[in-house]
Amino acid sequence: MWVYQKKLQYPIKIARPNAALAKVIISQFGGPDGEMGAATRYLSQRFSAPNNDMKGVLTDIGTEELAHIEMICTLIHQLTRNLTIDEIKKSGFDTYFVDHTTGLYPADASGNPFTAATLQSTGDAITDLNEDLAAEQKARLTYDNILRLADDPDVRDVIKFLRAREIVHYQRFGEANHTDLSRFYPLWAAAHRGCLRYLWLVPPQT
Amino acid sequence: MAENNESREVLLHRLQVCDFILVELNEYLDTHPDDLEAIRCFEKHRAMRETAAEAYTRRYGPITIHDPAATQGNQWRWVEGPWPWDMEKEGI
Repeated sequence: MWVYQKKLQYPIKIARPNAALAKVIISQFGGPDGEMGAATRYLSQRFSAPNNDMKGVLTDIGTEELAHIEMICTLIHQLTRNLTIDEIKKSGFDTYFVDHTTGLYPADASGNPFTAATLQSTGDAITDLNEDLAAEQKARLTYDNILRLADDPDVRDVIKFLRAREIVHYQRFGEANHTDLSRFYPLWAAAHRGCLRYLWLVPPQT
Repeated sequence: MAENNESREVLLHRLQVCDFILVELNEYLDTHPDDLEAIRCFEKHRAMRETAAEAYTRRYGPITIHDPAATQGNQWRWVEGPWPWDMEKEGI
């Protein structure tokens, strides 16, 4: 279970509303590589983790992703406050506004609703961890693209924090992939240590 | 104490810093459970977090429903604002 903490993981105070920016940042809420997908992915996959290290990594990173959903929603909430109808029309935010006003709806930047079709939970630790490594890089890229589009320093500061977290999580998933799983996947572990000769000469042990 | 003069923002930021360090060390220790330096660092910041949370909740209300500040006499203080996404001064 979870206990809610009534605070953000990182401070957010956006001085200037900007609907056009909100429209692209929402992809990290409900888009294909967004935080809702990340939390859903890790908190689902953990039930088939074969060892305690992997259960811990998926639970703890999945939990942090829940806090990132809240940060992205806070960014959008603050970026879309006090908008005039004129600003809404000019910014291109009107296509979102017509369905959701300034409510938070998990969708990508093009308006497609959040879907679990962009993530997997395979029941296989190696497959899941490799998906997770890719997921962190895809989210990192999305944040890089947002940084290309955003010039507001208040927004950039928060996005840079979230981008850095993707890199740390990538590192942690890599470690989970390489260390303790050797007991379950001896061939894979051997290949990763660069022991190709060993791999061909010695049959895998259970 | 000096903290009596500190603003909500300062006390909250101190708590956020402590909690961030704990999250980072938590995830690191999941894959490095034998790193004693990291364990000591975790313990140190867990104590700092406790002090920071106490200082914040005493003045500005609860962070979790388990904090004593969630109730006050006959009052349910948990639902009082600001909530984390609120812009304090604009009253939205």
